[in-house]
Amino acid sequence: MKKDIVKSRKFVIPGQKIVESIEYLPGKNCYREGNAIYSKRVGIVYVKDHVINVVPLSGIYIPERGDMVIGEIIDIQPSGWVVNINSSYSAFLPLGGIRQFVDPIKTDMASIYNIGEFIYTKVSIINTLKVAYLTMREQGTKKLVGGRIVKISPVKIPRVIGKNASMISMIKEKTECKIIVGKNGIIWIDGKNVSSVINVLKLIEEKSHISGLTEIVSKILEKEVKK
Amino acid sequence: MKRIDGREPLELRDVEMKVGVIKNADGSGMVRFGKSQAIAAVYGPKELHPRHLQKFDRAVLRCVYSMAPFCTTERVKPGPSRRSTEISKVTRLALEPAIFLEEYPMTTIDVYILITQADAGTRTVGINAASLALADAGISMHDLVCAVAAGKINNEYVIDLNSEEEKITACDLPIAYMPMEKKITLIQMDGLLPKKDVENVIKVAINGCKALYEMQKKALKEKFVEDTIE
Repeated sequence: MKKDIVKSRKFVIPGQKIVESIEYLPGKNCYREGNAIYSKRVGIVYVKDHVINVVPLSGIYIPERGDMVIGEIIDIQPSGWVVNINSSYSAFLPLGGIRQFVDPIKTDMASIYNIGEFIYTKVSIINTLKVAYLTMREQGTKKLVGGRIVKISPVKIPRVIGKNASMISMIKEKTECKIIVGKNGIIWIDGKNVSSVINVLKLIEEKSHISGLTEIVSKILEKEVKK
Repeated sequence: MKRIDGREPLELRDVEMKVGVIKNADGSGMVRFGKSQAIAAVYGPKELHPRHLQKFDRAVLRCVYSMAPFCTTERVKPGPSRRSTEISKVTRLALEPAIFLEEYPMTTIDVYILITQADAGTRTVGINAASLALADAGISMHDLVCAVAAGKINNEYVIDLNSEEEKITACDLPIAYMPMEKKITLIQMDGLLPKKDVENVIKVAINGCKALYEMQKKALKEKFVEDTIE
């Protein structure tokens, strides 16, 4: 029997058959029915070690364990903080998830994280009801003071970061801004040239399909920052 | 035999499909069959309030079908009516089997369909637009949903009736169909027809849906395919 070979980088729509073979396993955003594997979403096929994954081209952020995200505190409860992480489910930061020991009877929890403040945090676990639990005990997590918040489509985040973080490190270097990118599509910027960074981020979101975008962005930044 | 507007019996009206027409929505689509036009917007999956409506094992799909006041020659009173409530429900039932609702427990997916121009077959136009909008919103689906109406005029089977033909046809039978799954998700019928004819009308409508599937695929490609070139 002739083997079916799956081509990477193929465009698929929901319900489209990717391959009819039991040699492959369905990974993210695809499902098996009978012998065939079908796509669940609009996206691009990637094959690695006989596992087929579909990388989506649109959609909202669904949290996964280990993701570094930026969230806004929206509520304070006796056992922790409710955090909006730009997803269909709000996340929860329990008291045990922060570095210091806090007794909620003796201390005001708003003095640690108040409503309206932003934090850079890590998703530690996701329970059966898909509620994400956050942690501030990991390396890199912190409260974001000052700066500005920008929202872009979560599927465009890999493009903002670039290969081996080439794009984001170039923007940081050129504009001398502090930038933190959350996987949920929220970006925090602080520094001198904030407005030019925001312009560039919007350009990346709009023209994410263009190749050689890093060079285009670097040229634009050179012009803008000189002014 | 040529039809009133010069089409062949099994020819669709001139069809236009666009994806991503509403920027603020998570996904959106516009579909036009001749003079019937619908815009659909999808929001979600998002948290559902009040919380007692949440289902712990799946998402709740909510569809709203509404006609713009200016969509026909006579003004349509805004707000829900007996007719629009029914069509909202059949649209929901037509779309539900296509979505992996169990992937998004405790949430809701909102689908809003607005008819901006009506010339018969608006429910099928609305379902096509909603299918495009759901795919654009990145919601996990089994398949796209295509819909078209079929009927019988002067002993000949016809598809995609316009409002003049709707008055003289022996029956009006809208169908929603998932072409890859090969499942019918909506079937309604006005008028009287022998059993054998009904089977033939359904077959004709399914062929129309298959043609629409290719068009939906093309519309989605137009928006997204640039991303594959890199």
